[in-house]
Amino acid sequence: MNYFGWLFDPAHWSGPQGIAARLVEHLGYTALTLLIAIAVAIPLGAWIGHSGRGGFLVVGSANGLRALPTLGLLVLLAGFIGIGLLGPLVALVILAIPPVLAGTYAGVRNVDPAVVDAAVGMGMRGRAVLLRVELPNALPLIIGGIRSAVLQVISTATIAAYVALGGLGRFIIDGLAVRDYPQMIAGSILVALLAIVADLVLAGLQKLLVSPGLRAVPGRRGPRAVPAPKTADPAARAA
Amino acid sequence: MNWVLANLELIRELTVQHLGFSLPPLLIGLLIALPLGWLANRTRTGRTVLINLAGLLFTIPSLALFVLLPIVLGTQILNPVNVIVALTIYTVALLVRTVADALAAVPQVVVNAATAMGFSPLRRFLAVELPMAVPVIVAGLRVAAVSAISLVTVGSVIGFGGLGRMFTDGFQRDIPQEITVGIVLVLALALAVDGLLLVFGRVLTPWARLRETAGSTA
Repeated sequence: MNYFGWLFDPAHWSGPQGIAARLVEHLGYTALTLLIAIAVAIPLGAWIGHSGRGGFLVVGSANGLRALPTLGLLVLLAGFIGIGLLGPLVALVILAIPPVLAGTYAGVRNVDPAVVDAAVGMGMRGRAVLLRVELPNALPLIIGGIRSAVLQVISTATIAAYVALGGLGRFIIDGLAVRDYPQMIAGSILVALLAIVADLVLAGLQKLLVSPGLRAVPGRRGPRAVPAPKTADPAARAA
Repeated sequence: MNWVLANLELIRELTVQHLGFSLPPLLIGLLIALPLGWLANRTRTGRTVLINLAGLLFTIPSLALFVLLPIVLGTQILNPVNVIVALTIYTVALLVRTVADALAAVPQVVVNAATAMGFSPLRRFLAVELPMAVPVIVAGLRVAAVSAISLVTVGSVIGFGGLGRMFTDGFQRDIPQEITVGIVLVLALALAVDGLLLVFGRVLTPWARLRETAGSTA
């Protein structure tokens, strides 16, 4: 059997159910989910990290997410809310919030107290300390959390094709329905590539956005400590 | 609860299947990750290559991996080996880094002392470095176990067994109770295995408890 013929057949790339359209759908779900998750999780995580209140909730939600079966969540919400965009979107947002929240919380929490003291000594007040000192210093971990969330969402959006969502997962589900294995392979390769490219892009963004001052510091907060959450964070691998 | 009581036999069967999918990868993954982690800790090139490769494999969504592995392995699409290999890959990817970090964290003084006492490199690794790395490795293994137990359910989308069946079946036949019970069972299973590994780690490192008591009386 020619496993890869389906993927390279130009006829499968265009049209409303072609690869290009499904890719755009997949990216759209991911972007929409991340927008909502970031809007909720970064302010919340920053506040919790800044005030030190409710940290156990953050840690608990990030840990609990690992055990939560994404397929179960998807079918449960599809049952309650109905098939369409809303049910899967709610599931995706639920899965995307904890990594961003944990990254932001840990980032703000781990800012060197001496740096915060210096900022206060320079006359900064709560909001300025948070926005101009704590958040920029927390950026490596915040982006690390976003990377985990993006992987989680790309992965779960694929599974969401099972509850009739669009995106690249359609090729896997539809291919399975008609025993078209090459179509399933095409969908799988595309999703894997999308995840890898998205992760590389975010890794580049991480390098670009993080203050060079943070990268130059040797020792325990050195460059090796920074990318730790991206691959080692198992929250990314819950789908 | 009617659905549960009427289907106890099915639930038991799916749970056993689920454990059959999720436990072997943990053991195999650990056995593969130990030498790889040792290698990653030994050489800078080894570290760069292995950690990046692990990161790459970790990135691949599970459903895609389940579908793609038959091409690599030459298996049928619904062969259980696919799920076990896929979860083993994730476990190794997670643990290589953990093992490397755990070994790197062993105090150099201790390693030097063992060398000075005449330990050969292999014996030093097995009798000194590895035991000292156990707490961190077990912590990594707990994370891998919980993820694996949750991930097995994804396989049900393409027809694999295990507790994920309760999600696909509950969805298709519209039995919300079946889905909810399935989620609870997966969470309970993850919690139970996590707890067992925690106890296992404690048993393996009796000196850690000794130090705790010594610290509290001092």
